[in-house]
This record gives sequence, C-alpha cells and structure tokens, in this order.
Amino acid sequence: MSLTADDVNKIAHLARLGIEKQDIESYAKDLSGILDLMTQMSELNTDDVEPMAHPMDQAQRLRADMATEQNNREKFQAIAPQVEAGLYLVPKVIE
Amino acid sequence: MEWETVIGLEVHAQLATKSKIFSGAPTAYGAEPNTQACAVDLGLPGVLPVLNKEAVRMAVIFGMAIEAHIAPYSVFARKNYFYPDLPKGYQISQMDHPIVGVGHLDIDVDGVTKRIGVTRAHLEEDAGKSLHENFHGLTGIDLNRAGTPLLEIVSEPDMRSAKEAVAYMRKLHELVRYLGICDGNMQEGSFRCDANVSVRPKGQVEFGTRAEIKNINSFKFVEKAINHEVERQIELIENGGRVVQETRLYDSVKDETRSMRSKEEANDYRYFPDPDLLPVIIDEDFKAQIKAALPELPEAKKQRFKSDYNLDEENATILISSRQLADYFENVVNASGCEAKLCANWITGDLSAALNKAGLEITDSPVSDERLAGLLTRISDNTISGKIAKQVFEELWQSTSSADEIIAEKGLKQITDSGAIEAIIDKIIADNQGQVEQYRSGKDKVFAFFVGQVMKAMQGKANPAEVNKMLKEKLQG
Repeated sequence: MSLTADDVNKIAHLARLGIEKQDIESYAKDLSGILDLMTQMSELNTDDVEPMAHPMDQAQRLRADMATEQNNREKFQAIAPQVEAGLYLVPKVIE
Repeated sequence: MEWETVIGLEVHAQLATKSKIFSGAPTAYGAEPNTQACAVDLGLPGVLPVLNKEAVRMAVIFGMAIEAHIAPYSVFARKNYFYPDLPKGYQISQMDHPIVGVGHLDIDVDGVTKRIGVTRAHLEEDAGKSLHENFHGLTGIDLNRAGTPLLEIVSEPDMRSAKEAVAYMRKLHELVRYLGICDGNMQEGSFRCDANVSVRPKGQVEFGTRAEIKNINSFKFVEKAINHEVERQIELIENGGRVVQETRLYDSVKDETRSMRSKEEANDYRYFPDPDLLPVIIDEDFKAQIKAALPELPEAKKQRFKSDYNLDEENATILISSRQLADYFENVVNASGCEAKLCANWITGDLSAALNKAGLEITDSPVSDERLAGLLTRISDNTISGKIAKQVFEELWQSTSSADEIIAEKGLKQITDSGAIEAIIDKIIADNQGQVEQYRSGKDKVFAFFVGQVMKAMQGKANPAEVNKMLKEKLQG
C-alpha cells in the first residue's frame, strides 16, 4: 500500500504535527513501508489465534473507590503558561 | 407525503463514585476550579490510569438490570481528538469490547408497552469544562470534571416519536437512580443525552440520513429538540434539499437546532486499545456478588404494588417513580396498618402537593413516614374526619408534634356522641324552618345546606356519616 502526499498531510493534521513540505515524500515512503509490513503480517494464518488487546497476558487491577488525591492546584498551575481565577487559560476554542 | 421519525439516543450517566474512573481525585460537584484535578486527570507525562472497581460494579449492575450480556472480557480504547478540555489528546473509552452488551428497556406510551433495544453500554471518562467568557479573548479551562466516570448507554434506533424518546429517557433515568449508580441530576449534567434523528417516507425500510443533536439536559428539551429537528428535516427534503450527516446543537432559548460546525469534517478518532490499561476480566464470583445486591426493579415493584396493595395503575406508577418514595409508601402502610389505598392517596395527593410546593424531595419531607402513619391511623379509626385530617396534616408539616399530640392539643377529636350531634341538628332544624319546608317539598339540594350548618356548628368535628344519617331521619320528620 502506498500513501499519497494528501494522506500524509491528513495524518499530520489529525496528530497536530507540523511537517516540512520537503519531508512529505520521505514520510509517505516510510509510512507506506510500515503498512507493507502489516500487509505481510496479515498474510499469516491466525485462525486459531485469539486476538489480544495487550501484550501482557494479565487482567486489569482495580482500585478501591476512595478519594486519595489532595488539592495540588497551586503546584500544577505554577508550571502552566497562563492561569486566572483558578482556570487554565488557552487560546480561544469556540467556533 | 407521510413521514416517519426514527430516533436513537445516547445517554451519558455520570456514575456516583467518590473518586474518578482512573485516578484518586474526588468527584464532588461544585468545587473551586481545578482543585479536584490531579496529575492523571491533567494528563501529565508519566502517570498511569488505574481503574475504579466501583465504576465497573455500577456498569455491571446496570447491565444486569436491562438483562444484557455482561462481557467477561472488555477493553479500554483511546479516542483521539484535540480539545483543551481533554488535556491528554484522547478520551479513554471503550470501542470494540464494551462492558455491557445487547439489552432492552420497556417503555409505556399511551397505554402501550414497547420494547426499546439497548445496543451497548460502555465506560468512559468525562472531559473538563470550557468557559468562554471574560478571559480577554482566551478560554478558561476547569478540569474538575475530567476523569469523572460515565456510562454511555446507546439505544437502537427503535423510537418513532419524540414522546417515545422522552419515555425511554425517563425510564432510564428512573432505573439508574433505583440502582443508585447515578444521582440523575440533569441540571448539573449528571444525566444528559445526544439524540440521533432522521426521517423517512412511511413504509420505506432504509433509514434516512441522520443528524445528531448534542448535549440535551432536560426531558422537556429532548421533546422540543427532536420535534424541531424533525420539522426542519421534513421541510428541507420537501423543498428539494438533502439532510447532511452532522452534529447540531439545540438552542433552548430560540427553540431551534443549529449546525455545530461550519465545515463538516468527518470525525476520525483513530481508536486503538489503550496500552496503559489491561483488559478487564469479570469473573462469575464478581457477577454473583453484584447480582445478589440487585434491588427490586421499578417494573417488578409496580406489578407487586398493584397485586399486593390493590393499587391502580396511576398511583402505582407515581409511587414507584423513585425507590425512596416507594419505600416511604410501604413504611406508611406497615406502620399505620391502614388500607393501602388510603396511604397511597395521601402520599400522591396532599403530601406530594406540599412537597412540590416547597420544592422538596420525599427524602427531605418534613412529615416523616412514621408521623404520616400516625395521622392515617386516626382517620381509619374514625378519631378524626378526612377534613380535619387535612388540618392536622398542615400542623404535622409545620411542627414536630405527632398527629395524636396535635389532635389532643387542638381538640380536634371527632364527635361520635350521637346525643351531642342530635342536639345540634335539632337546633338547626328549628332555626331554619324555611329550608326544612323546601327539603320536604322535594328540593333535595337543600340537604347539603343542613350538612354544612351542622359541620360548622361542630367545627368539622362530627363524623360525617353519622351526621348524614341522623339529618336524613330528622328531616323526614
């Protein structure tokens, strides 16, 4: 399978990655190579193999429902670019 | 052309856990912004989500209540999108392996029962809140709600009118509160829904193109938003247009839906299994424990109330509308030993009216089940008349005294002494000869006048049946 420049741009946009125009071709080539590996893998017969959701064959541990976290707002907000009235401020997102 | 409406609902119920679904931050509503958002909720590097057992239990008990398949193996996935109220850049949700599979819920509309299919219910985390006002052109973000556990309940497109959609939503609302898994507070956003609405010519098998109306948080708005959207789609098609698949927002002020995105961009969430979380395994032991704790469900309770207490459909429906109200009713019946119908009528009548007026829930009722039972006992044994009972009820509401104390204190005990009643009747007949003549000449209506006079003279304390009987005898002469 081979990806087009449009595909690469779209993937970059979805991931919010800025890429240089001159790199698009090599990204397309590398990503297509990865997809080719997938295609090769899907040729394997997996009839008797159960699909797995995680490489570790274990079950999720569950925690008891208790509020254990303290309020650390001041510490977290000390590293935020901009805060006001306890809120994190970000560029306007409403359309 | 005749059109048919097709509706499917996605309901988000906030699960009533103490802590978040993947972190130990508290979930209490109304805290100062960002004081309940820990490193996990903020999506800081190096943190690891750990699943809350209570959220899993709540999802499973819900699944059992709608007779759904409980997945022995379910998987969390990342739903990727960028929005600042979701700082990780993805929402942890479930995709291919939801915890609750196919189930159903029965609704009643205009006396007809209809079964609505539930496609699935899955666990996910809620996002934070964006505040768009007053930050000099910037958006304020409060992440207290980020990571609050949600159960997303997805229905089949089985509803054919806004009325059915409301009935389904109400039924679901009643159920999650019965199960104690969601407080159902719609104003605070604990229970909200998205509606998928489409229309098709009656008789056509294929569905029309649907629009999704987002974030509706009241029963009234569900009905209005759907009706409005149906009208919009029909008008559009009849004028030669086409419905586009899009997300719309209901504006309750203008009573209209409008497109949320100027340019419709196909959502591409690129779901994949979250490597931070292992598959959730639900074994038979865990299920058995939950099953044992399953409370009596609304429908079963209603049938029992109708057969055991001989209640009519209307009273039974009101009484089972919340578990607390149903318990209150049964406590009153047990404590008073009165006829269930009398208890039901008082609870759905005077008590409910007073609670409504005061804006209170049954759990905050100033008249406890025990004190109401005290009042009803005195009606049953003829100590007071139904009319006086209303007066005693007012006092019960205002004070902390028992019905017996109020009756004794105010001298409200019904007079059953026939001698005393007779004396008063004799006096009234003597004083109103004109009316007596009228009655005897066939004007039956005058009878009510005499009853009124006697009751007035006795300050309402006479036994009405007794008064009627004696008056009739005396008036006939």
